[in-house]
Amino acid sequence: MKYTIQIVGVGGQGVLLASMVLGNAAMNRGYRVAMSEVHGMAQRGGSVLSTVRFGDDVISPLEADGSADLIMGFEPTETVRNLPLGNRDTLVLMNLDPVYPSMVAAGFEKYPDIEELIGAVTKVNPNLVTLDATKLAIDAGKAVAANAVMIGAVAAMKDFPLLKEDLLEALKSQVPEKFLDLNVRAFEMGYNAVKN
Amino acid sequence: MSDLLAKEGKQLLLGNEAIVRGLFEAGADFASTYPGTPSSEIGNLLEKLASEAGMYFEFSTNEKVAMEVSAAAASSGLKSFVFMKHVGLNVAADPMMTLAYSGVTGGMLILSADDPSAHSSQNEQDNRYYSLLGLLPMVEPSTPAEAKDMVSAAYGISQATTLPVLFRTTTRVNHARGVVDLGPLGQPRPKGHFERDVVRFVNIPAHARVNRKRLLGLMEKAREISEESPLNFVDGEGDVGIITSGVSYTYVKEFVRGVSILKLGFTNPLPERKIAEFVRGKRCVVVVEELEPFLEDQVLRICAQNSIQVPVYGKRTGHLPYAWEFNPRTLEGISEIVQVQEFRESMPASQVKLPSRPPTLCAGCPHRGMYAATKKAVGSRDVVYCSDIGCYTLGVAPPFQTADFIICMGGGAGAAGGFAQATDQTPIAFIGDSTFFHAGVPALVNALFNDHKIIMVILDNRTTAMTGHQPNPGTGREFGGVQTEPIDIERLVRGIGVKYVEEVDPYDVKAATQAMKGALEHDGVAVIISKCPCPLELKKRRMLEAKRCEVDQSKCIQCYSCLRTIACPALIKRGEAVETDPTQCIGCGMCANVCPKGAIEVRR
Repeated sequence: MKYTIQIVGVGGQGVLLASMVLGNAAMNRGYRVAMSEVHGMAQRGGSVLSTVRFGDDVISPLEADGSADLIMGFEPTETVRNLPLGNRDTLVLMNLDPVYPSMVAAGFEKYPDIEELIGAVTKVNPNLVTLDATKLAIDAGKAVAANAVMIGAVAAMKDFPLLKEDLLEALKSQVPEKFLDLNVRAFEMGYNAVKN
Repeated sequence: MSDLLAKEGKQLLLGNEAIVRGLFEAGADFASTYPGTPSSEIGNLLEKLASEAGMYFEFSTNEKVAMEVSAAAASSGLKSFVFMKHVGLNVAADPMMTLAYSGVTGGMLILSADDPSAHSSQNEQDNRYYSLLGLLPMVEPSTPAEAKDMVSAAYGISQATTLPVLFRTTTRVNHARGVVDLGPLGQPRPKGHFERDVVRFVNIPAHARVNRKRLLGLMEKAREISEESPLNFVDGEGDVGIITSGVSYTYVKEFVRGVSILKLGFTNPLPERKIAEFVRGKRCVVVVEELEPFLEDQVLRICAQNSIQVPVYGKRTGHLPYAWEFNPRTLEGISEIVQVQEFRESMPASQVKLPSRPPTLCAGCPHRGMYAATKKAVGSRDVVYCSDIGCYTLGVAPPFQTADFIICMGGGAGAAGGFAQATDQTPIAFIGDSTFFHAGVPALVNALFNDHKIIMVILDNRTTAMTGHQPNPGTGREFGGVQTEPIDIERLVRGIGVKYVEEVDPYDVKAATQAMKGALEHDGVAVIISKCPCPLELKKRRMLEAKRCEVDQSKCIQCYSCLRTIACPALIKRGEAVETDPTQCIGCGMCANVCPKGAIEVRR
């Protein structure tokens, strides 16, 4: 067994924390884990990509384009931008809540319609799962818990090789004590949003 | 969360975390650096943990000084560790080249974090050549787990040869994460003692000639160690051989079948007998390495010297690229020679027009104010914006476009003097506070000395921001039980004789514009110190005041001056109206300062 998750989003969305949770859950299950993160320049509001790979025989921190088993998209345009990381059998999980780039916010560029972005995925991939992770996180108590919503959602994805309990335990070990309840609530909301 | 001082267990560690753990296990005594990605996290971790581990650590003024302080520690019997990004080693190359002549009495590792694909760098130079140039043993780990273990192994090599060892990593080792088994912690010593040995440590020409021969002998000894080293091993069987090192090994190991791999971890001096023995009898050999054909050319030479007639494929034969980092798909270049796993066809890139998302200066970043002020003051004058290495490099993007020339740390300041002399244009050099101390001071002295009429703008945001907020001489030091006073930039600049010095608050864009106008009129070297702490740093320290800007729509005339001049990500255009984004706005008031109608208010 080998599994590759490509997590894409925007600096500040908690992509690195999500990758730590997934990686630790895989390690605790006894898998080999190889991950790759982008630090530095990319954090200043730019696009971020984190690769999480685990399985019996994994050592490479990078995966070939086209070979992702799951694309975990924290932001719609970043998900669409990174479709070439996967193939037509790849599962695509997409948060529908946008983060506007500065040139869009300032009115110099246009952000595409969300329907157009959904269409861009479904045109090439039949496995799209969408959710409003940021809105769910606000319902759970705070927008910053969107990454916990996303991790919960991953736990409910078809054939995901790690157990829901594994992910929840790993999440609990990675977040500060005082935000524990918030994150657990957000995780469950993400899980239920995909399961139902 | 990772606990790098844990007694035992296994953890999912970043390569840089694994290296720090490796230092603790090896009992390293002394470390120094100048921050640079992809090595930066090592410094941030040592800032927090070194004293608890019983180790001394410092952020030095620049890489050259970092090399020198660690050289002294290793010449006093201690185990020292100096680390930097690849281009930092250029700065430190001067002491390093002669340090090898003297060697060390304790142990010393020089970590060079190379950055293939230049993710956060100005070039992708291959620092493995420094090991040949400087006659230094070199090791290259492939994974975080190996990086941890290789720290102790490399100290062993350093002690056996009495030479500093180059510890060469790349971004995909530093910023990879993997499972690491923790070993027992070592026992650092607080102090060593320097034993005088004039021939060895004083490289006057007569001694240098002696030391040069001694060094060549030590490198022969290093070659013998390399021949026997478990860091160089053969993995798998097949009549086709692959020779590889670093992260490239992980791609070959996982995605190529039916080959025999010679995995090299000790890569200078190369184990020549082992390589000759490996190649002999193979149908052909492929060398898989990123950047330059460092191994490949030496393999070709070893084959020639041993009269081995086996084809060697790689970069010289056009099968693998020189530029940019590898990934598993790069191996398709050798799929006619070896059995490479077939990769799935990618989904096509979408035809939907997506907005760009480049890294930008943060909301409320004080650099925005100084850039806006400069543009306003300069108007239509013919200027050359010399810039430097740091967050402020992002001024290259619209609407500022305040970077015309960037080469290296302090390079903009030095080049400004050249532009002043070689052209009739006005050079304006932007430089950060940390970069000013690193390499800007000599450039400013040069401008005074040679009467180059430059304007230097020191963007003093009270931290080394881009690499993750490290202290610098301008902030003083407050960690590891050491406290020092900040060095006052204004007094320093006045002290060396600059006549026009203005310190401004860049949030007051109007005042900053006046200061820049004055500098443009001044006949001589002018310095503007744009002083305002980085809001991200304030946020981290929980010192950011809760304020926000609000647009009074009844006063706003929709001229968009704020958007065009400050272009803060917290300013949002909804329809024709300008609003502020409460999740991003920090209430710095720069937009209010440039509003011609006073339509923006700062609320507490």
